[in-house]
Amino acid sequence: MLYIKCPYCGLRAQKEFSYGGDATVKRPNINEEVSSEDWDNFVYMRKSPRGKHIELWQHIAGCRQWIKVQRDTATHEIFQTAKVTEEIR
Amino acid sequence: MSQPFRLNKEGLINRNKKISFTFNGKKLFGYEGDTIASALIANGIHLVGRSFKYHRPRGFFGAGVEEPNAKLQVEFNGHSEPNVNATEMELVEGLSATSQNCWPSVNFDIGAINNFLKMFFPAGFYYKTFMWPKSFWYKIYEPFIRKAAGLGVASIEKDKERYEHKFEYCDLLVTGSGPSGLASAYAAAKNGAKVILAEDKPRFGGTLLTDDVSIDNLSGKDWAEKIISELKSMPNVTVKNRSQVFGYYDHNMLVMFERVSDHLEKKSKFTPRQRLWYIRAKETILSTGSIERPIVFGNNDTPGIFLSAAAKEYMKVYGVLVGKKPLIFTNNDSAYETALEFKKNNVEPIILDTREEHSSELIDEAKSKGIDIRFSHGVIVANGYKKVKSAKIGKLNKDKNSFEKIETVDCDCICVSGFWTPSVHLASQSGNKLKYEEKIDAFIPDKKKQHETSVGAANGSFTLEESLKHGFENGSNLSAKITETKTEISIPNVNEKKYGAHDKFWCMPLPKNENPKRFVDFQNDVSVSDIEIALREGYRSIEHVKRYTTLGMATDQGRTSNLNGLQLVSNIENKIVPEVGHTTFRPPFTPITIGTIVGREVGMEYMPTRKTPMHEWHEKNNAVFVDAGAWKRPRYYKQGNETLFEASKREAKNVRENVGICDVTTLGKIDIKGPDAAEFLNRVYTNAWMKLPVGKARYGLMLREDGIVMDDGTTTRISENHYHMTTTTAQAANVLSHLEYYLQIVWPELNVNVVSTTEQWAGAAIAGPKSRDMLSKLYPDLDVSNDALPFMGYKEAEFFGVPSRIFRISFSGELAYEINVKSDHGMFMWEKMMEVGKEFGNQPYGTEALSTLRIEMGHVAGPELDGRTIPSDVSLNGLVSKKKDFIGKNSLGREAFNVESRQKIVGLIPIDRKSSIPEGSHIVQDQNAKLPNPKLGHVSSSCWSVENNNPFSLAIMKDGKNMIGKKFFAVSPLKNKSIEVEVISSHYVDPEGKRVRS
Repeated sequence: MLYIKCPYCGLRAQKEFSYGGDATVKRPNINEEVSSEDWDNFVYMRKSPRGKHIELWQHIAGCRQWIKVQRDTATHEIFQTAKVTEEIR
Repeated sequence: MSQPFRLNKEGLINRNKKISFTFNGKKLFGYEGDTIASALIANGIHLVGRSFKYHRPRGFFGAGVEEPNAKLQVEFNGHSEPNVNATEMELVEGLSATSQNCWPSVNFDIGAINNFLKMFFPAGFYYKTFMWPKSFWYKIYEPFIRKAAGLGVASIEKDKERYEHKFEYCDLLVTGSGPSGLASAYAAAKNGAKVILAEDKPRFGGTLLTDDVSIDNLSGKDWAEKIISELKSMPNVTVKNRSQVFGYYDHNMLVMFERVSDHLEKKSKFTPRQRLWYIRAKETILSTGSIERPIVFGNNDTPGIFLSAAAKEYMKVYGVLVGKKPLIFTNNDSAYETALEFKKNNVEPIILDTREEHSSELIDEAKSKGIDIRFSHGVIVANGYKKVKSAKIGKLNKDKNSFEKIETVDCDCICVSGFWTPSVHLASQSGNKLKYEEKIDAFIPDKKKQHETSVGAANGSFTLEESLKHGFENGSNLSAKITETKTEISIPNVNEKKYGAHDKFWCMPLPKNENPKRFVDFQNDVSVSDIEIALREGYRSIEHVKRYTTLGMATDQGRTSNLNGLQLVSNIENKIVPEVGHTTFRPPFTPITIGTIVGREVGMEYMPTRKTPMHEWHEKNNAVFVDAGAWKRPRYYKQGNETLFEASKREAKNVRENVGICDVTTLGKIDIKGPDAAEFLNRVYTNAWMKLPVGKARYGLMLREDGIVMDDGTTTRISENHYHMTTTTAQAANVLSHLEYYLQIVWPELNVNVVSTTEQWAGAAIAGPKSRDMLSKLYPDLDVSNDALPFMGYKEAEFFGVPSRIFRISFSGELAYEINVKSDHGMFMWEKMMEVGKEFGNQPYGTEALSTLRIEMGHVAGPELDGRTIPSDVSLNGLVSKKKDFIGKNSLGREAFNVESRQKIVGLIPIDRKSSIPEGSHIVQDQNAKLPNPKLGHVSSSCWSVENNNPFSLAIMKDGKNMIGKKFFAVSPLKNKSIEVEVISSHYVDPEGKRVRS
């Protein structure tokens, strides 16, 4: 079970979180024209890297905040967590 | 009753307390502190089981977790448990143990015929033999193999015991209380760290209990006792025996299995049987020690053959002799300690040492005590079927592959030692890549992967001095980093015997024309020849050899066999062991009970039960409940001998004719507040929300970004910046997360807050042509006319003195209202409604009637919004705005969503107007067509239309709207039904929607 540091609540067990996918995906702006290719990329296309991956988790059984987690998909090592408004580099 | 093999004084057992037990029906006794194994050996019993494949007689081999043979069916404290390790299970009064995998008895086992047919059971036997004909597998081969591959029998009784889970956090977890573990725990505790020390066995001390050593002038055992009692007195230390850390998981989480009360004769009602600990440790010391490995020789599985350290443990811990005429067969010095222990107890051993004559501290001591030592010697084959009687021994030539001399010597036990294998399981589970240590012919942990630090024998250090030093140093350094305190501890003086080098010798050769079985893996009956066959047949990878031969795949996980197997492969393949590699170590280290894994999450505690505030009323009024997620909802209210079908028809009919009330508390409710709330809803829902006035509700549809319908429900504008959203019961949690996602991540600029209020409100729907009359009685001071409270209107008013919300919304398609009051008033509201509604013929209705009402109206719900449908599929395209953008809009333009023949919702009625159509049926053109019969659609929801008094179904069908009027077949192979149906509109009743507006 992973041990995830919620930027609001501190270190908590994975049980309290739910996974939310790739955090680097940007939704096209609302009310703006978007090519169908860009839209399809946004809806369907995801990289599945082995190694570092920035992803979203929601602290559903805690503060209910969505957070960013940088995790190694092969080893599960977590390098960094951040609020969604912050950058992970 | 005398115990012929019990020593008079030795051991740590309590001789003042006798414990009686039975073995295969025979009454025996042992002492408090005995294991089943030590008590049986004391009684001279060695034959305890039959082997897995050949049903060969098997006895004890080890004295703890390493035991491959002695797995018993044990009944105690009202349990019957299979595959219990006799070397670990402590004796309790009244315990009854029986042998497994034998019939009719362990002494005479018919299955042993396999042993004489063994040429027909080579490695891969099952793969080769049970392949053809294919149809034989289920009916003949599999049941046969299952019967033959018998271990114990699982009890079918309900487990009445209590099991618990515990979550714990600590600075340092120490796994194993041998010298290095004690030293680590002690040093860390002195630094003020929060320490957990776990010991698998009942007694602390590990090898200190059996080795002839002294620390600071105390015997090993006394020193261990001193340290343990000091640790127990410290508030920052938790000391646990009978507790095995069996798994090392991600982020330094370790799981420990505590046997709380299996050894107790009496316990309190709330004492759990076993407890599972989830321990999140900042640092972990792995002081799991090492396990002796055997040397392979002929018939090395005969009862009476022991690991030499096990023989010593039986003497020193249990005061039990494994035999009175021992042969000690070794390639190293440690077995000399066993020989000296025998000698001390007036038993004369013979030592067979594979090494050439040389000298070391232990060899010299054995010599000086007059022990018969034969260098360059080894056991070729053990004689005796159910017990060792003698052994053919040989003097090895210099090449160690042939014999100078062969003779037979009498013996009643053989104690074998092929050197030591560090227990690296936990380190490996943590992700540590192991490395091969040539010096000890075994794998030890490599660079740290998580926060694991292996010390002592688990790290390949086999001297006490080194183990203690590493323990103190690592315990101190690791904890000092956490507590920022460092207490100086002087490392104690140690007195131990120095060992000479071991012999890299692991398998005894055979003389010409002799071919006894030489077992590598006892528990799975894998012999040297099986591994040779696997390699001959082309299996190269050690993982493949393992699976083909089943080497190391038994419940003992190859603790005594893996390295010998690797050595054999490396010899045949002419590779060095590190090139062969090792197989994967997986948790749990030893088998644990299912009860412990489940813990308290059984029965009612399996998941939470959500009850509405009116639940008790439903119960009292014969409601039959149905699970809706964690909620309990009344499915129907049973009157007399009514069936589900009759009751739901009655309830639905009453709604159509009079009025009914339904508990709708379970609907998801989300409070939405903020100046940008309207804009937010406008983006979330497919329809327009900017112009919804205060005091009005609107039906809304929300999509996922891929255009698929996610959920539907009504949302009401309570005040300028305050909305009340409802979701379906099933999607409530998902919708909340969905809204939070967009507010927190995608559009953080919107000033909106959302919170779940599902449990804050109790809800009741009042539906039926007489609902307005009933409402006016419930709110005598309120104008509830169609003008004052029109369809989709909203009002707040006092309900007999209680604040309430009135929504004029309808799911049943009738004139209907939904009343919400605070949950605490839910029961009051419901009872008042039942009382006031009497004169209008009001009846409660459950989810079955609710479904009937919505299906015949053509209202979609979960079965239609099944994660595959877009709005136009379910005739909701009228709700999709063309003017504004919303979540998922761009996906609706996708080609596949717009093809002419796309699936659409339709209604179906049976031609005979009688046969109910099973949900899930497939719609086909020709019921007799050859398979696979092309599927045109499926039946999503079915009911008995109370309006038209015949069955009616909703279906999702290819090009559905153009199929209206045509006839097809609805086939359900599951129910073995094929019903001719006609396609009609999905709106079967009141298609213009006049009633809801009346």
